[in-house]
Amino acid sequence: MSVKQQQLDDAALVESGAEVPLYAASKTIYPQSVEGRFRNIKWTILFVTLGIYYFLPFVRWDRGLEAPSQAVLVDLANRRFYFFFIEIWPQEFYYVMGLLILAAFSLFLMNAVAGRIWCGYLCPQTVWTDLFLTVERWVEGDRRERMLKATQPLSLERVTEITLKHFTWLMIAWWTGGAWVLYFADAPTLVVQLVTFHGEPVAYVWIAILTFTTYFLAGFMREQVCTYMCPWPRIQAALIDEWALNVTYRYDRGEPRGSLKKSEALKHSGAKAGDCVDCNQCVNVCPTGVDIRDGLQIDCIQCGLCIDACDNIMTRVGRPTGLIGYDTEINVERREKGLAALPVRIIRPRTILYAVLIAIVGGIMLYTLNTRNAVEMSALHDRNPLYVTLSDGSIRNGYTLRLINKQTVERTFLVSAEGLTGAKIESTAIASDSANRLVVPVGRDQTLELRVLVTVPAQHVHEGRSERVTIRVLEPISGAFATVDDHFFMP
Amino acid sequence: MTLETDKSGHVDHAHVDSHTGMATTGHEWDGIRELNTPLPRWWLTILYMTIVWAFFYCIAYPAIPLFQTFTKGVLGWSARGSVNEEVAELRAQRGPMVAALSNASLKGIEQTPQLRNFAIAQGKAAFGDNCAPCHGAGGGGSKGFANLNDDDWLWGGTLEQISATLTHGIRAGDDLGHLGAMPAFGRDGILKANEISVVADYVRSLSGLPVTTGADLKTGAKVFAENCAVCHADNGKGNMELGAPNLTDAIWLYGPEKATIVEGLTNGRGGVMPAWAGRLDATTIKALTVYVHTLGGGK
Repeated sequence: MSVKQQQLDDAALVESGAEVPLYAASKTIYPQSVEGRFRNIKWTILFVTLGIYYFLPFVRWDRGLEAPSQAVLVDLANRRFYFFFIEIWPQEFYYVMGLLILAAFSLFLMNAVAGRIWCGYLCPQTVWTDLFLTVERWVEGDRRERMLKATQPLSLERVTEITLKHFTWLMIAWWTGGAWVLYFADAPTLVVQLVTFHGEPVAYVWIAILTFTTYFLAGFMREQVCTYMCPWPRIQAALIDEWALNVTYRYDRGEPRGSLKKSEALKHSGAKAGDCVDCNQCVNVCPTGVDIRDGLQIDCIQCGLCIDACDNIMTRVGRPTGLIGYDTEINVERREKGLAALPVRIIRPRTILYAVLIAIVGGIMLYTLNTRNAVEMSALHDRNPLYVTLSDGSIRNGYTLRLINKQTVERTFLVSAEGLTGAKIESTAIASDSANRLVVPVGRDQTLELRVLVTVPAQHVHEGRSERVTIRVLEPISGAFATVDDHFFMP
Repeated sequence: MTLETDKSGHVDHAHVDSHTGMATTGHEWDGIRELNTPLPRWWLTILYMTIVWAFFYCIAYPAIPLFQTFTKGVLGWSARGSVNEEVAELRAQRGPMVAALSNASLKGIEQTPQLRNFAIAQGKAAFGDNCAPCHGAGGGGSKGFANLNDDDWLWGGTLEQISATLTHGIRAGDDLGHLGAMPAFGRDGILKANEISVVADYVRSLSGLPVTTGADLKTGAKVFAENCAVCHADNGKGNMELGAPNLTDAIWLYGPEKATIVEGLTNGRGGVMPAWAGRLDATTIKALTVYVHTLGGGK
């Protein structure tokens, strides 16, 4: 039962002077199967999205001998995130922020174009619930059969059915949890470990958690998640505008509703008769149990199944389809006033703004991703002491460098200090070449912390001044380099 | 529709809101009434479950403050205990490295990158806890407290010498520690004020610092040879055995100003560094030695 129906029922109770219950008892929904255009779209999305989710961990991507060969991998132990050709280090977490911004703007854009596209077609809650409902129908039959069986006493056949349904649900849920952990370790290896009971305990714990959430949310909570737990419908309600497409019922065409016989009678008598035959098919197929004829409402996820159901009925009774369809609020109002519907405007300032913002954020991310340097360095001047006087009067400053080698092979970097006359650079246990550059090997895909000491001889010391020093790290084979400017303090 | 009201004029029971067609809860605040949007029953159930959970939680975990103490909970869990467990875990994790550190020689530690990095990390932490109050966070020192980053060492800058200084301290009452001190030439009447003044000028001249105009450096040299050379050597280059600093270089523990030198000559110098043998374990002292040695001035 939809929230709206519940409220109307409560209002009726109040009118009749009866007590209104404080809490809404949930009523099981038995959605009926339906065929049609939107059902086919939903099937396609279901297979594609679940296919990606379940099989993506097994996709391989060659990154060289020692690097992981999994296309999508969150390597928590080594703090790396791999996504095909992209490798993200913890300090580049801003890419994740960029992705979240893109996700938010995409949601806004979808919402501005056609309302709850996310809820109706793409949300994991919708997709898995759809899958679980398919299993339920396959085992227990369609709406009428399920409703009937729910009232009958338990029989052996019934117990078998219930067991089979829950077993299949649990298998799907278990596979869902299993696929999840595969994103965090080498998938083929982990699968073998898991089935031979050699996996890490944390892997089993996460599988158990996700098995439970999938089974519980898709098997039992279903539309309650969308109506009462999810914040998006509330945010969405605040973002919607009169030009966005939404699943709507055409009051002007449908009302007054009535059975075929009744409407024929009305027509004969010259009164207005609507096209809606009040067959309730739109309500029966609805996975959240709303009546679309009550208008736009919070628990409608706009999956379009009522459109399919209504179109099928309209075709059968020989009336034009489209009694329920995607339409804008502005047209709903215009039609009620008897005005002609306006053409759909997808390109509006709002959608352009969202698209431009998506393009800007995406563009910045792509640009920084493509111009990332494979050599990086940061330098931190010693806080204490700022400078050190040596016995011969020369002055030394210490810097802590972080050298980053983002390639999958070990490389040797040359580190030099430039811009100071006669300056020498040295570091404990690190050799120098003839040009007084430190020769530093950095392991593949690693960060090396290195404390270097830069010394200026006494005759070049200018007391009371701080000079600029440029620390340069050079990868001699590719010629890639990075520099950091810092102070050189003197007494 | 007329609404039934109580004595104070408030609506006291639910009615149907004429604008939305929805029932109200019957609550009213300053004429604003609340529409009834009932929650599902499972939501209420969860609320009750959290209350039950809280009840058992209070029994299981520390929860209720009493006058002098608090209820400890039947599970015996405590925040401190949990920290201790984690510290013990960390110790166990570091065990092999700590053992390797205690078995290796100082030189061996410094030459093995893995051991060196571990020793420097451990040393840095121990330095912050124990040494930084006097020597500064980075070992930069201050007046009277040696800078550990430079190449000038009062008692020697090799690994063994640093280790010995750390273990036994300086003038800290340890028989094996460093004992030498600068005598109070002025206070004890060994040198007169004018002799102190000229020897101070002479000492400044040793490292090329400007001296008082017309200073009698010849007398200064004589006083130096008779009184100071015994520890600081004839050429003023000092003696590490006695902790006598090199007076010819650019580094001054207390400062190069004439007044400071005169003060030292008059009242003597004898700063103290604690003997760490009884306070820190041998492995920590090893780690500290390697850390100090790699600060930049190690010999």
